[in-house]
Amino acid sequence: MSQDPGGSDPSFEDRLKAARSKQGLDAPPKPPVQDGLGGSAWGIGARVGVELVSALVVAVAIGYGLDRIFHTTPILTAVFVPLGGAAGVMNLWRLFAPKQSDRE
Amino acid sequence: MAAEGSNSIDALGQFQLHSALGAVGGSVNFTQSNLMMVVAGLGVMGLLWLGMKPRAMVPGRLQSAAEMGYETIMGMCTETIGGPKSRKYFPFVFTLFFFILFGNLLGVFPLFFTFTSHVMVTLALSLTVFLLVTFVGIKEHGLHWFTYFVPQGIPKALAPLMVTIEIISYLSRIISLSVRLFANMMAGHVMLEVFGSFIVMLGGLGLLGYFPAALSLGVNTMLIGFELLVATLQAYVFAILTCIYLHDAVHLH
Repeated sequence: MSQDPGGSDPSFEDRLKAARSKQGLDAPPKPPVQDGLGGSAWGIGARVGVELVSALVVAVAIGYGLDRIFHTTPILTAVFVPLGGAAGVMNLWRLFAPKQSDRE
Repeated sequence: MAAEGSNSIDALGQFQLHSALGAVGGSVNFTQSNLMMVVAGLGVMGLLWLGMKPRAMVPGRLQSAAEMGYETIMGMCTETIGGPKSRKYFPFVFTLFFFILFGNLLGVFPLFFTFTSHVMVTLALSLTVFLLVTFVGIKEHGLHWFTYFVPQGIPKALAPLMVTIEIISYLSRIISLSVRLFANMMAGHVMLEVFGSFIVMLGGLGLLGYFPAALSLGVNTMLIGFELLVATLQAYVFAILTCIYLHDAVHLH
C-alpha cells in the first residue's frame, strides 16, 4: 500500500528531519548535553576536585608571576588566590547549573 | 620494575622514559613514549584503512568498528557543537579521540607504555585544544569574542572582578583537561603495579602467602577491566569537552 519499501514506521518528513539535524543542517531538537561524562559519584567527585584545583593553580601561577614582574611579592598572590577560588566555584556552577540559565 | 627480593614497591618506575629503537633512537632521544605515539597513530590509520577496505554493504567486525567510531564522533560533533559549522571540526575531534583512545588502550598491554600517563603529553594535547578554541572564537566573532569574558547583566562596578575570574576560569581549562586524563591513566597504572608487586611478594612468602597472592591477582584482573573502561571513558570525556569548548567558541554565551 502506501508503506515504504523499508517498512519503517516514521514518515518521510520525520526521517528527513532526523537526517537534517544529524548532518547539522537544522538545529538539534534538544539542547546539547552539558555533562555527558559518566554520572557516577566517583566521576563527579573527581571532576569537582579537578575543576577547583585547576582554577586555583592558574590563579596562583598568575599571581606569583605578576609578583615576580612587579616585585610586590606577597600581595598579588594573596589577591589572586581568592579570585582563583571564586573561579573554581564558577567552573562548578557551569557544570551543575540549571540548564536554561547557563547558556543561550 | 616490580621490586622482587626487596621489600619496597617501585610504583612509579614504570613511567620512566628511556630511548627506544636502539642507537638511532638514542641519538635523537626517541623514547618509548614517542614510539607508542607512532604505534597509536599507525593503529588508528590501520583500523580505518583495513576496516574500510572491503566497503561491504553488511560490514564485518573491523568495518563495524570503524563505522561506529565515525558515527559516534560525528554525532557528538553535530549534537554538542551544533549548527552547520560543526562538521568542520569533526576531523580534529576524531583524530584527538582516536589518538587518546589508542594511547590509553595500548597501555593496558604488558610491556607497552601509556604515553597519556605523562602530564607533558596531555598538557600538549590540551594546549592544542585551548589554542584552537581561542583561535576559532576570534576567527568567528572577531574582537566581539572578548565579550565572552563579560557575563551578561552584571553591575558595572563588578565588571573588573568578574572579568578576572572569567579569565582565570577560562585558563583553568588547560589544567583541568590535561590533569583529568593524566591523573586517571597514571592512577590506574600505579594500582596495577602495586597489586602486581603484591602478587610477587606474597607469592614468595610460601604457603601462607598463596591465598592473598591469588586475591591480589583477582584484584588485578578486575583492575584491567576497570582500566579498559577508564581508557575509553577518558578519551570520550576529552573529546566531548573539546566539543563543549568549541560550542562555546562558536556560539558566544
